[in-house]
Amino acid sequence: MTNTPKHTAAFFAGALALALLLPSGCRERNLPILNKAREENGQLVYDRIPDFNFISQDSSIVNNATFAGKAYVADFFFTSCPTICPIMARNMLRIYEHFENNDKLLLLSHTIDPKRDSVGRLRQYAENLGVRADKWFFVTGDKDALYGIADDYFNIVIEDPGLPDGFDHSGRFILVDPQRHIRAYCQGTDSTEVEAFIKKIERLLDEI
Amino acid sequence: MRFSLILPLFLLAASGSALLAGCEGQPYRQGQILYQNFCANCHMDDGSGLQGNIPPLAGSDFLRQNQELIPCIIRYGQEGPIVVNGKTYNNPMAAIPQLSDIEITNIINYINHSWGNDFGYVQFETARQVLKGCEKNRAR
Repeated sequence: MTNTPKHTAAFFAGALALALLLPSGCRERNLPILNKAREENGQLVYDRIPDFNFISQDSSIVNNATFAGKAYVADFFFTSCPTICPIMARNMLRIYEHFENNDKLLLLSHTIDPKRDSVGRLRQYAENLGVRADKWFFVTGDKDALYGIADDYFNIVIEDPGLPDGFDHSGRFILVDPQRHIRAYCQGTDSTEVEAFIKKIERLLDEI
Repeated sequence: MRFSLILPLFLLAASGSALLAGCEGQPYRQGQILYQNFCANCHMDDGSGLQGNIPPLAGSDFLRQNQELIPCIIRYGQEGPIVVNGKTYNNPMAAIPQLSDIEITNIINYINHSWGNDFGYVQFETARQVLKGCEKNRAR
């Protein structure tokens, strides 16, 4: 191929287009929607967090309406968990402290041990942590409902009497937007990942 | 002939500096590894525990004042309220039955000398006797 003037012109046009495009590419785009999507009438429809109904540490009802117009971080734990939960709680506490005065973000921790984690026990746990009951909800409820919704939050929860603490569960933190879409997640036991996750929360809150 | 003198001197100096470097490292290496595997999930890498729910080991008056209880707590766990630095904690601690007497001794010496703690060195024989005692008490 010879280097004709046409080619040179095309090259410069391409370079110019690239130069114009680059700055917009560097701007931070919105976080992607991570839920499964299907096509309906030629439109992409994403799965959402389904309806739920739980009870929090101050005996109030917590459902989807609790989070209307807000983003929230969800996780799964239990108070007597000797494995990953304390580190997760500490990292959730970091998120709590970072966004304590930002009304656009709430926190939602589900127990996976509703037999032992009564409302009273959750209240004690939350009070010991020193967190507000209208900002960080510790919820219990029907066991099947709790285990079922864990799946929707990309978490796996299995009761396994063979383990020292009786449960096997993943420690992911899930970021949900006001449209009930999952926008980011991280490993709740990894403080470096949690730092990056906090940045993503900030980006989502800028959208709201 | 002078060369034959230099080599041993050199070796002596080299081993001396290697020894010094060794002293600057973590003297409770096994204790540290065991702590990270069995304890740090709850008491955290920095020994600070979890606010209100799991007591700290760093700067803990309970740890300092109850050295004779620590081996048994590690092996058999802990139930009921305890007061640490003026705060009451009442979450059960799980037993760690798989640790040997030596491993428990090494963990105690690690936590006794970490995060600013200076709670003294525990001899293996002392820990072994304490563990024998709590074994007897529990059998009763």
